[in-house]
Amino acid sequence: MDITGFISKHRKLLLAGFLVLILIAIATLPLYGRTYDVRLMISILAYVAMAISWAMFSGVTGYMSLAPAAFLGVGIYAVALLQRELPFPVIIVIGGLMAFGLAILVGLVTLRLKGIYFAIFTFGLVVLMARVIEYLEAMLFNLHSRHILSVGTANSLYMMLGLAVVTVLSVYFIKRSRYGLALLSIGGNEEAAAHMGVNTTRVKVLLFAVSAIFMGAAGAIMAPTLIYINPGNAFGLVYSFMPILMAVFGGMGQLYGPVIGAVAFGYIEEWLRKELGGSFMLAFGIILILVIVFLPNGIVGLVPMVRSKLGWVIQKLRKGGQAEQHANA
Amino acid sequence: MSGIERVLELILYGILSGGVYGLLAMGLSLQYGVCRVLNITHGEFVMLGAMLTFTISSTFNINPLLTAAIVGPLLFAIGFLLQATLFRGLKARTPSPPVFEGSALLVAFGLMYIIQYAAVMNWSAQQQPSVYLSYRVLFLGMNIPLNELVAFAIAVALGVAVYLFLARSRLGRAIRATAEDPATASLMGVNTNMVLALCFGLGALLAGVAGTLVSIKVQARTGIGFSNTVIALIVVTLGGLGSVPGSFVAGILIGIVSQLVIGLWEPILAMPVYYVILMVLLLVRPAGLLGKK
Repeated sequence: MDITGFISKHRKLLLAGFLVLILIAIATLPLYGRTYDVRLMISILAYVAMAISWAMFSGVTGYMSLAPAAFLGVGIYAVALLQRELPFPVIIVIGGLMAFGLAILVGLVTLRLKGIYFAIFTFGLVVLMARVIEYLEAMLFNLHSRHILSVGTANSLYMMLGLAVVTVLSVYFIKRSRYGLALLSIGGNEEAAAHMGVNTTRVKVLLFAVSAIFMGAAGAIMAPTLIYINPGNAFGLVYSFMPILMAVFGGMGQLYGPVIGAVAFGYIEEWLRKELGGSFMLAFGIILILVIVFLPNGIVGLVPMVRSKLGWVIQKLRKGGQAEQHANA
Repeated sequence: MSGIERVLELILYGILSGGVYGLLAMGLSLQYGVCRVLNITHGEFVMLGAMLTFTISSTFNINPLLTAAIVGPLLFAIGFLLQATLFRGLKARTPSPPVFEGSALLVAFGLMYIIQYAAVMNWSAQQQPSVYLSYRVLFLGMNIPLNELVAFAIAVALGVAVYLFLARSRLGRAIRATAEDPATASLMGVNTNMVLALCFGLGALLAGVAGTLVSIKVQARTGIGFSNTVIALIVVTLGGLGSVPGSFVAGILIGIVSQLVIGLWEPILAMPVYYVILMVLLLVRPAGLLGKK
């Protein structure tokens, strides 16, 4: 039987099968991997959820949110405050909802204005949240850091895998929904979108807040793996930087772009941290700049570009051949 | 000291420290207003200014204030080159101005990490004993450290000079024309690429001098960049994006607020209070205090 024909005929089926295999491989990781591998996978999956939800809003609209870490930190602190009172899955939902609330507040203040105010406001948000929590913790509980009970590394992995899948599926459906299309039209031309009857402020605020839910939930699931938390490590700036880098590197035009970026940089980050210590940020800063300047559509955008370049070369070769024939004739 | 005297003293300190905030916000305002780059690595230039000031003045035994004459041009050159190569190249590759603004923001985000890294490698995260002229003199009936007064005087003098340069000089007019409408300005014979590079360099220079002034007041360290960026962003927004006098007014306002919050309430809450002010302003008057709609 013709293999290429079989592949092109059942492409979707094969893709689905491949994805299921990957999911099974990740889910069974605690059975054959070291704890170290499982932890690494947890942080990569968290990055997947964050990068894709960042790209869902900022990539589409061009409103640059510089504060994914603020929402992550809110989720982490939701666990710290509630872990001894409520069952864990409930806290994940609460963490997501708290991030949602914070995002609504930020969005209502800034998203009816030009994009630049949004960027300005979100830039310091991570530090703002850290300071507010530091103050409240000292005032109300006389605490500087908190200990978080483990829920088992394997359980953390299963929950994070679940979150990553839910995030990918949600973003997929949101993109195809009325709201997703409205957001896309805002990214294309906001004024025109408003004239077509899109309530631009409402769409922006709502979808920004929805994207924050996934980040808050990721923080909640990640919290037990951190063991000790304080405002400094829960609201680490690197958690803002990495998802943005990953989304930009992977390419935001396609759903799978940020996923590819997150997986690639999750590994590279871990490897560089081991090799270079703190200086891995230098490499990442340079990569971010190079990608934005030279690969604005990410590596996913490279595929059609290479294809069209190749096509152009082939065409030219053909034409050259024809011209030669004419010359010979 | 009675309560009212304490408050008056804090307000005076606030006005004095606000001069430096105004200066660094002015630089950011130029960079965003003309080059359309929201330079979120601005505070790192302040940090570079402060660290270089200390390093140069302690190695060669020069008065720290005179070092500004070396640090300023040095940072001007860095800013000039960044705009002339990186941001100009980026602009040529982006399809529309809003896309450029977003991409430039992310590029500045990357730059922030690079500068931060280079600084920590070079100087470590330790504090440097860079304070200068810290003895107190009698001013308006109060004992004020001399460095506060000197920093304020230099900041205001430089601010006025830049304002006059923009308002009166031929080049200043070219800069304002470019900010207003780059395409038309270039048709009128303005070398816009040159103007943009000059403006970005000037912004970096102002940040560098602000860094010199910061370093004589508090101990310089490599970690001061981020909070300076946040303050500059808030001050610029309060004053109205692109308005030079607005930057100064807002800088002094934030200076007073910060001194009052730190002196009478709780130092950790200074930034949350700036944010509350920013939120109220954005809700009431998004164009800023002195900004045009």
